[in-house]
Amino acid sequence: MTDFADIKLSNAQIAWRAAQDIEDGAYVNLGIGFPEMVAQYQVEGREAIYHTENGVLNFGAAPAEGEEDWDLINAGKKAITLKDGAAFFHHADSFAMVRGGHLDVAILGAFQVAQNGDLANWSTGKGVPAVGGAMDLVHGAKRVAVITDHVTKKGDPKLVAECTMPLTGVGCVTRIYTSLAVIDIEDGHFVLREKLPQISLEELQAVTGGELKVQGTVADLIVPEL
Amino acid sequence: MDKSCASAAEAVACIPDGATVMIGGFGGSGGPIELIHALIDKGAKNLTVINNNAGNGDVGLAAMIREDMVSKLICSFPKSKDPRAFTERYLDGKIELELVPQGTLAERIRAGGAGIPAFYTPTSYGTDLAKGKPVGEFDGRSYVQERWLKADFALVKGELGDPMGNMTYRLAARNFNPLMCMAARHTIAQVSKLVPAGGIDPEQVVTPGIFVNSIVEIANPQQEEMLNREGAVYP
Repeated sequence: MTDFADIKLSNAQIAWRAAQDIEDGAYVNLGIGFPEMVAQYQVEGREAIYHTENGVLNFGAAPAEGEEDWDLINAGKKAITLKDGAAFFHHADSFAMVRGGHLDVAILGAFQVAQNGDLANWSTGKGVPAVGGAMDLVHGAKRVAVITDHVTKKGDPKLVAECTMPLTGVGCVTRIYTSLAVIDIEDGHFVLREKLPQISLEELQAVTGGELKVQGTVADLIVPEL
Repeated sequence: MDKSCASAAEAVACIPDGATVMIGGFGGSGGPIELIHALIDKGAKNLTVINNNAGNGDVGLAAMIREDMVSKLICSFPKSKDPRAFTERYLDGKIELELVPQGTLAERIRAGGAGIPAFYTPTSYGTDLAKGKPVGEFDGRSYVQERWLKADFALVKGELGDPMGNMTYRLAARNFNPLMCMAARHTIAQVSKLVPAGGIDPEQVVTPGIFVNSIVEIANPQQEEMLNREGAVYP
């Protein structure tokens, strides 16, 4: 099974594509790690307000080295800066923003996403278990999107008929941006919206663990060199 | 009214073996390092600790765990850059872990402080962390019942404080601290500056003094992330 290593999108390109769907004025939470990259590709002329679950709204980029104030960090424990109009709040308010439906978008990483929207992204089932805010973040945001490689390092599908790894949430994911395609989850199915033009539907289906439905046209997934 | 205390040692002297202790902070931000270190100096065994994490390096909560003061930890994310103290004891079966999603942990503590014995949340529904918990359906959606969380003591860190116990916080060091103040029978706060009553604008008070029992000034407090970057070890 090929993983399309020569044509697949880089992480930066996946992040860029996800950033295109963030509307002006959106309140956004980006998961720790890869999803944080989405902020770098915010569309010019649009303002997104970033939320970090340890209690800050409207934070900005990392400070210069040596300028860190370690009381001012994000959920990944990295130093951040504040933008004008930032706010601090305690943890219960922060997760009220999450579960209470106040965020527009949450973008998360994934080990597996199932065709019914189930997400597994917190535990491999080995070692010390640690969940953090993962199980909270999948509930409440108006859109819960995943960014991920289309397949694992071994070439196994990450988009599956049913998750086999420990679940983070049930039926929670609404859109998946992969290294090969953009796929929505609707009524328990993967619905293909965009794919790299170099790959046929059959080839994409072969590396996808659930059936890819096509409704109307499938657009070409076109992303700049980054 | 004067809840001020002369030293961290005096403030934590009342914490006995077997107590349940909430400790504020998230990662290296907002942890009451001087209070924790005073508790290590005093010594206490068989503690149940509630914190978001499980300590990092060789200071603060990690040092408490290394000194075998903690028999049970209730937290959301027991991993850090240097989690040896917890990880070794967990894998050896010497410390019990109750893993709680971060937002559920915050809300359980808030509920404990607010007199609400249980609540329903969508978080963890259908996952391993909901096993054995009651489930309820409301308006066509399923939710997990979670119980309040209370403690005998809370150790928290603020920025400004007054003898009434009113407090403000610094930047994102607020995190769990205001919630834990509410949920403990006896809350001990360290603040960077203790000002006379009236010295904090009532409009700016984040934690009203009713939630605080004891307050001690620790000027220029230590910061966990900076201690770890320096490779500090306590004691």
